[in-house]
Amino acid sequence: MKYVDEYRDGDRARDIAAAIAAEVRPDRSYALMEFCGGHTHAISRYGIEDLLPKNVRMIHGPGCPVCVLPIGRIDDAIRLAKRPEVTLCTYADLMRVPASGGLSLMKAKAAGSDIRMVYSSLDAIRIAEANPDRQVVFFAIGFETTTPPTAVALKTAEAKGLMNFSIFCNHVLTPVAMRAILDMPPTPDEPPIAIEGFVGPSHVSTIIGMEPYQVFARDYRKPVVIAGFEPLDVMYAILMLVRQVNEQRADVENQYIRAVRTEGNPVAIELCDEVFELRESFEWRGLGAVPKSALKLRDAFAFYDAEKRFTIETQPAEDNPACECGAILRGQKKPADCRLFGTVCTPETPTGACMVSSEGACAAHWTYGRFRTRQSDAGLRRTA
Amino acid sequence: MCLAVPALVTELLPDNMAKISLDGVSMTISVALVKNVAVGDYVIVHVGYALSKVDPDEARRTLDLLDEARGVPLAAGGVR
Repeated sequence: MKYVDEYRDGDRARDIAAAIAAEVRPDRSYALMEFCGGHTHAISRYGIEDLLPKNVRMIHGPGCPVCVLPIGRIDDAIRLAKRPEVTLCTYADLMRVPASGGLSLMKAKAAGSDIRMVYSSLDAIRIAEANPDRQVVFFAIGFETTTPPTAVALKTAEAKGLMNFSIFCNHVLTPVAMRAILDMPPTPDEPPIAIEGFVGPSHVSTIIGMEPYQVFARDYRKPVVIAGFEPLDVMYAILMLVRQVNEQRADVENQYIRAVRTEGNPVAIELCDEVFELRESFEWRGLGAVPKSALKLRDAFAFYDAEKRFTIETQPAEDNPACECGAILRGQKKPADCRLFGTVCTPETPTGACMVSSEGACAAHWTYGRFRTRQSDAGLRRTA
Repeated sequence: MCLAVPALVTELLPDNMAKISLDGVSMTISVALVKNVAVGDYVIVHVGYALSKVDPDEARRTLDLLDEARGVPLAAGGVR
């Protein structure tokens, strides 16, 4: 496949691995966080950790939209779907996330609620057009990547004069979450994470561009390298981060130049500014309440706001106390550190959200990482 | 929901929609978020929307950088 296969080339990967091995300093370690679940998935799927020197450690970050959505908001969606007049449209990833009382959207659908899995927000528009007697609610989640598609759907509904369409908005912001991770106060149980650099998100960056990451380079002295999702993109970004750390630089660099422009996508940015405004605060799984970290519809679009139309008041809900999703999302624990991992909690019977989404750290580790051993290094790495 | 691959635009449709091909699999997506999409462009597709165009020169340059890192001399005419 063009623009894919060449970035998955094994020989190139081994050579980039040799370059990383040659450039890391043996007397220090490199702790790098890949914020985005897409990168977590790629790192696990292609065995990238096996190609890295032992002193380069990848920390999985909270950039998995399904994983960070708190249970309370899933409960809200289930309550909405249970209303007889409502058809709830949702991205498929959300269907199996455990909610309160042993429920999930999947179970609510099985019990008779009208819940439809959609691929695109425009599918929800089509469903609303085809069912004028139903109240169609689009369960909008995700980072800056899925926010513009929600805005397009809203503007389309407005243009078509659709009265039976509304949006349950849960869109969240990447840079604010990155800052929350860096600002986390250490606790006796969880020491601070010494992140020395970030692999920056791919598709979030196609929208927001490079500027929003400057604060991390400038104020926190952390290098950021925006990387594509293919394995060679990730490996080359790691090489770029190693070089920045070695040279004691903290810059925002772009490895994903074939898709990310410095200014991002101005059309999408302008559209989102028109439709959304910041929430005072939003609850994240793993991070708690983070001020100004999420979006809501502006008052001008209140008619399309499901939270207003159906008077939704989110009730706080607790995760399973044995589930370590929170600490895993904060990068403080690894999936295998959770005692539920692989026993009670598997992709077939997930206890926590990190096992539900394919981008979740636990699902990635379950699918690709469980059989890894450090002994495999010797077999994978050619002598440089 | 964040994994996406570059897809070839094969046909422009009304209402800011377009047909794309992914190794022969055809889909209809929205191109409302990207200006000046043309047939033959590759676009990054995510939840049914094109988010950005793939720049062929920069794609080539990325491969050149990768090859440079592995110590392979650049092909003649490689984009710097």
